[in-house]
Amino acid sequence: MTPRRQRMVLVALVAAGVILSAGLALRAFQENLLYFFTPSQVIAGEAPDNRAYHLGGMVLPDSIQRDPGSLTVNFIVTDYAHSMPVTYSGVLPDLFGEDQGVVARGRPDANGLFVADEILAKHDENYMPPEIAEALAQAEQGEAP
Amino acid sequence: MIPEFGHFALILALGLALIQASVPLLGAARQRSDWMALARPMAVGQFVFVAAAFVVLAHAFYVDDFSVRYVALNSNTALPTPYKIAAVWGSHEGSLLLWILILAGWTLGVASASRGLPESFAARVLGILGLVSVGMLLFTLLTSNPFDRVFPPPVDGNDLNPLLQDPGLVMHPPLLYMGYVGLSVPFAFSVAALMAGRLSSAWARWTRPWTVGAWMFLTIGIALGSWWAYYELGWGGWWFWDPVENASFMPWLAATALIHSLAVTERRGIFKSWTLLLAIAAFTLSLLGTFLVRSGILVSVHAFASDPARGLFILLLLSAISGGALLLYAVRARRFRDEGGFRPISRESFLLINNVLLIAATAVVLLGTLYPLFSDALGFGKPSVGPPYFNIAFLIPMLPLAAFVGMGMHAYWQKMSASVLARRLRVPAGIALVLGVSLPWLFFGGAGVMTTIGVIVGCWLILSSMLDPITRAIRNRSAPGPLPRAQWGMILAHLGVGVFILGVTVVSSYSIETDAAAVPGDRREVGGYEFIFLGTRDVQGPNYQAVEGEFEVRRDGRLVTVLAPQKRIYRVQQSPMTETAIDAGWRRDLLVALGDPLGDGAWSLRVQYRPLIRFIWMGALIMAVGGLVALSDPRYRLERQRQAAPRQAPRTAEVG
Repeated sequence: MTPRRQRMVLVALVAAGVILSAGLALRAFQENLLYFFTPSQVIAGEAPDNRAYHLGGMVLPDSIQRDPGSLTVNFIVTDYAHSMPVTYSGVLPDLFGEDQGVVARGRPDANGLFVADEILAKHDENYMPPEIAEALAQAEQGEAP
Repeated sequence: MIPEFGHFALILALGLALIQASVPLLGAARQRSDWMALARPMAVGQFVFVAAAFVVLAHAFYVDDFSVRYVALNSNTALPTPYKIAAVWGSHEGSLLLWILILAGWTLGVASASRGLPESFAARVLGILGLVSVGMLLFTLLTSNPFDRVFPPPVDGNDLNPLLQDPGLVMHPPLLYMGYVGLSVPFAFSVAALMAGRLSSAWARWTRPWTVGAWMFLTIGIALGSWWAYYELGWGGWWFWDPVENASFMPWLAATALIHSLAVTERRGIFKSWTLLLAIAAFTLSLLGTFLVRSGILVSVHAFASDPARGLFILLLLSAISGGALLLYAVRARRFRDEGGFRPISRESFLLINNVLLIAATAVVLLGTLYPLFSDALGFGKPSVGPPYFNIAFLIPMLPLAAFVGMGMHAYWQKMSASVLARRLRVPAGIALVLGVSLPWLFFGGAGVMTTIGVIVGCWLILSSMLDPITRAIRNRSAPGPLPRAQWGMILAHLGVGVFILGVTVVSSYSIETDAAAVPGDRREVGGYEFIFLGTRDVQGPNYQAVEGEFEVRRDGRLVTVLAPQKRIYRVQQSPMTETAIDAGWRRDLLVALGDPLGDGAWSLRVQYRPLIRFIWMGALIMAVGGLVALSDPRYRLERQRQAAPRQAPRTAEVG
């Protein structure tokens, strides 16, 4: 091959590599975008069925139920307009509790029960994730006649 | 009265900073020595007053002066004294003051070490640092004054966030800020060069030690933060790709690229405008990090006490400082012509690849960190980008980079034949292949493709770094004198990267993490260790009460250790905290965390086995030591003598 030919092949290879990498990176990006929904939005059918998302709201008082001796915990997430039952199996974060903001990552099963594989709660008892605060404000507005 | 002195000192510092930011710059433009000479005394004075303000705030914490709002919100009489002092930077206002103090400190450093620099250049550098300082001081005084009073003063304080009551708080923010803020120095050097419209290889030699210094602090700061999050957040994660972590990691990536590009600019007089742009980018990313962390615009596990209103100010500051620098760059960059070229296989090529890949990695992190912001602003919904994206996308540039680093270290400047390079490297490459394939099977009984690749790359970097010292040790007859310190620095830093890669690979491949429900007497095997839950008891701490679990850990029946994780309730804020018990070791960490009581003496637990996790932080530490060794190279100190005797012939035997 002539040096010129060599250089062309090299350039083509590098370009192919860059395009392939960028494609892979963007696919990983697409697949890992998690959107945030409130129970009202889920019930309105805005949340996807086929991929995981973040469900956020407040934990409804007196809704936390545990099977004794088991890691499974059931509770209800509410934005005070609509509610959604959630189930999770595992150790809960420190600040998980009734009337506290919570974000659950997972997807609903066929019966509408949200199966969470991760629970996030913020490390500050007064803290409410901005998404939740805003969603609660919107839900309240929706309630008003 | 004392807190008002602090406030007053800050205002005086602002006044001095204003002079420092204006008169020397004008002086440099008009060649007035007397105006330029003002820069140094102003820098010294500014440092003195900022330090005074800082001491006043620390004193307010020390004497529990709860009439100061910031103290009342972040301290408590029962808080142990070391944490009272660390609480100075435990929240927004104080950490901003620390930022300014450190900036004043770096400025002082530049002022005292810049006697050998050309007068107008030193004046410009100090003037630009003064400008940055003016911005940050205004920000503090206008939006976040730590000396605000509250009346009537509360009887006791609100206490420091329990998460922050840890030795990590004492160390991590100051070191991280030393790195963040230290990047203002190469930034100022760049802007000064742009103003002057000239850039010599001496410029690169002046800029290098400052960049390496800031990078070194940033490396240690990030590693400490990772270690702190690992044991304090309690869930064994050492890196979450959280926005706040990314905020510190992006400047690190850019600073790493800058160090390498500076090497080329110094040795070969090329990549000039690229180096200038990188220096601007690195500090811009630092400011962006401050903005992301301090504005609360992104939801993060580490974002403490944030306020959106302040975000706007930082954003304006960011646009003024970085926007101004970029504008200057756009106008002036054409003036910086490269002197000479290089062949495809040469040290320059490898360093170019290094820069391209590091910037690609920065872009990957930037996209994942900022996309949620843009998406929200443009009304596309509020997504968050999951860690798997970062894990995959970050590896795409980083794996080839790690492979190239091992080659680039041994390439000559200007040109080299591929076969000579291949001949030098075939032995370490062969050994790395053999080790990478065999070690995981030997120690862990199996390996996936990515694990094997990771171990090969880690071993390759370690072996390739050690190639020169080892070859010299074996044939020491032919060795032409000892390796220069700068070379040792590079060897150590790259060795550290190898150790780090080994740690990351093994931790992410072979960690075991299980959640379990257990009653006293239960046994559970994790990673070849048997964990026996003996029971719980109540304990009292200075400002918290806790339930403490007791676990025996046995291996093959022999007692390895007893672990006592705690579930604490801090009295003042009534917030629960999980204190994970960790048995640390070079080969593995064992962790037990108490979850919640499940009734009838049962608890939910998280038990983890994390092999080689210490390699991650050890790798970072070795990198930082490499930076320190490189800094100690006499060639950076010879500079002053050469400045004193400018006609002396330049040294020829320099190593890049």
